[in-house]
Amino acid sequence: MSRSVNPVLLAGLAAFAVLAAAPLIAQTKPAAKQAQTHPPAKAAPAPAPAAKLGLGREALPEEIKAWDIAVRPDGKGLPPGKGTVKQGDEVFQAQCASCHGEFGQGNNRWPVLAGGMGSLKSDRPEKTIGSFWPDLSTVFDYVRRAMPYGNAQSLSPDELYAVTAYLLYLNDIVKDEDFELSDKNFTSVKLPNAAAFYDDDRETTEKAFWGKEPCMTNCKPEVKITGRAVILDVTPDSKTAPKVD
Amino acid sequence: MTSPAKPDALSRRRFLGGAAVAGAGLAGTGLARAEAGKPDPLITEVQDWSRYLGEGVDKRPYGTPSRFEKNVIRRDVSWLTASPESSVNFTPLHELDGIITPSGLCFERHHGGIADIDPANHRLMIHGLVDKPLVFTMEDIKRMPRQNRIHFLECAANSGMEWRGAQLNGCQFTHGMVHNVMYTGVPLKVLLAEAGVKANAKWLMLEGADSSGMNRSLPLEKALDDTLIAFAMNGEALRPEQGYPLRAVIPGWEGNLWVKWLRRIEVGDQPWQAREETSKYTDLLADGRSRRFTFFMDAKSVVTNPSPQAPLKQKGRNVLSGLAWSGRGTIKRVDVTLDGGKNWQHARIDGPVLDKSLTRFYVDFDWTGQDLLIQSRAMDSTGYLQPTKEELRKIRGTNSIYHNNGIQTWHVKTNGETENVEIG
Repeated sequence: MSRSVNPVLLAGLAAFAVLAAAPLIAQTKPAAKQAQTHPPAKAAPAPAPAAKLGLGREALPEEIKAWDIAVRPDGKGLPPGKGTVKQGDEVFQAQCASCHGEFGQGNNRWPVLAGGMGSLKSDRPEKTIGSFWPDLSTVFDYVRRAMPYGNAQSLSPDELYAVTAYLLYLNDIVKDEDFELSDKNFTSVKLPNAAAFYDDDRETTEKAFWGKEPCMTNCKPEVKITGRAVILDVTPDSKTAPKVD
Repeated sequence: MTSPAKPDALSRRRFLGGAAVAGAGLAGTGLARAEAGKPDPLITEVQDWSRYLGEGVDKRPYGTPSRFEKNVIRRDVSWLTASPESSVNFTPLHELDGIITPSGLCFERHHGGIADIDPANHRLMIHGLVDKPLVFTMEDIKRMPRQNRIHFLECAANSGMEWRGAQLNGCQFTHGMVHNVMYTGVPLKVLLAEAGVKANAKWLMLEGADSSGMNRSLPLEKALDDTLIAFAMNGEALRPEQGYPLRAVIPGWEGNLWVKWLRRIEVGDQPWQAREETSKYTDLLADGRSRRFTFFMDAKSVVTNPSPQAPLKQKGRNVLSGLAWSGRGTIKRVDVTLDGGKNWQHARIDGPVLDKSLTRFYVDFDWTGQDLLIQSRAMDSTGYLQPTKEELRKIRGTNSIYHNNGIQTWHVKTNGETENVEIG
């Protein structure tokens, strides 16, 4: 046996032994182990759930900070920073306009980000940030995590505030090119369609679909074909076709 | 980047390929059949596969379907989306039977392409309103108690292109954003117990490791009920396109919540109002207001055979086959009509009837060559009866995109060709 192999082999075995032993210890002597490392202080506030498995390890603050990118409507999760409409215009033209258009109008089939105000009851609604989205936090959160498409999580907090300010400007929600959005004033901005959402109410409004005993025989006198896929064909034009984005 | 306004003839032919190929065989007598009274050479002559050796056991370390099954594939519709990395394809329901979807045929829906993750480099973090924020490796997760469950996953937008009328010709396209597999994983409540959820927790945020950073808010009750964090499907590791190495399984609820490449769970006291639960996956109604958090997928069914891509080929005895499912429980019964809803019969359910799973039904019938208007109608264990599209439109209008579980109609013509239609 060569001398260089031994330490590696031993280290490997040692690691395996530790790994294998851990669950046994946890299963057989949880109370004793806890008593040793955490001397009795106060009674636990909540009843301990069914014995913990003792798997995983504590997440470090730096790790949580690196991954915790979500922003809520109440502003929780906003990083410190600021940016103006003008600064956002520059970032947008460089990073976003090739798909979304200079003014957020959307090139080809890429999503439209601005406009469509008052269109939600129309035959062809245009659902944009301005016309449809309820919360500004979603703009920041989504751009931060997923945009630019193909180079996600590349914008700095200041760039994110600036782009968000520019999107507000494109949607006529702020009118001043010098408007500056920051973590301080963020939650004071409200989007026009915020009040138009409500939680799923199918069990009330569609109650009639429950408990119905359906007709089985002689249910209707005649049946007419009213629409055909081959007549509509699968060729709607690029702007009115259903979108999946 | 540019998408043609109209698909060219070639792509349309590809789109309808299944029907065109099958249509050629509609003559009714069966092309490969021997002439009446004459001996069939397939029987009287020794065939190559009976004479020569086939491939050995060393040729297919991971097997694939017969070369004669090459039509059994996922298909996409290029004009639906601006980019194939944020897009969808469709399960070939008309080619499948039973209730389990083969892993390689399960429809795909990505928002930032397929993340390519070495499981050794994957981490799952749980933090927020917990006693102790935790990081798990895949090795950790595989040391936890497991469950095996069969559930359907249906995209909220399945049948969404049909709100305004019959549009796509084939159940693969009208109903193929659904699949049904056996998942192996760890109940989310086990993972949460490790971290210790605080008393004021009400919602979780699930987030993916892919480039869309897919995130959705999930009510804590559902997380503690039957949500699974799965690492296997149909007995093997998840496919990359289905979230390898780790995904959420949220039984009965819209597919968008089933976050793939799951890397982070944050525990909080209110929902996050992420893009995927505000801009998307909210249901715009005719009055301009929108439903949100429409989680359940209601009872639904479709006849997969015959259907536009699987026309009737023979008069006489035929098998009508279809699928039914409900996000609220089990399928209690399925009714089928062949005359556009004048008369209905109970379909025969065969195979396992499982909670929040696809369920297979059949009607064995004789076709004399007349026009048929075929529909199926599912009822689930809560007493919910699958509505017609008109009933849904009366309540919701035509712009809600998601949650179209209306009854589908197929028109079988006298030559057996079958078409997606609406009837009144």
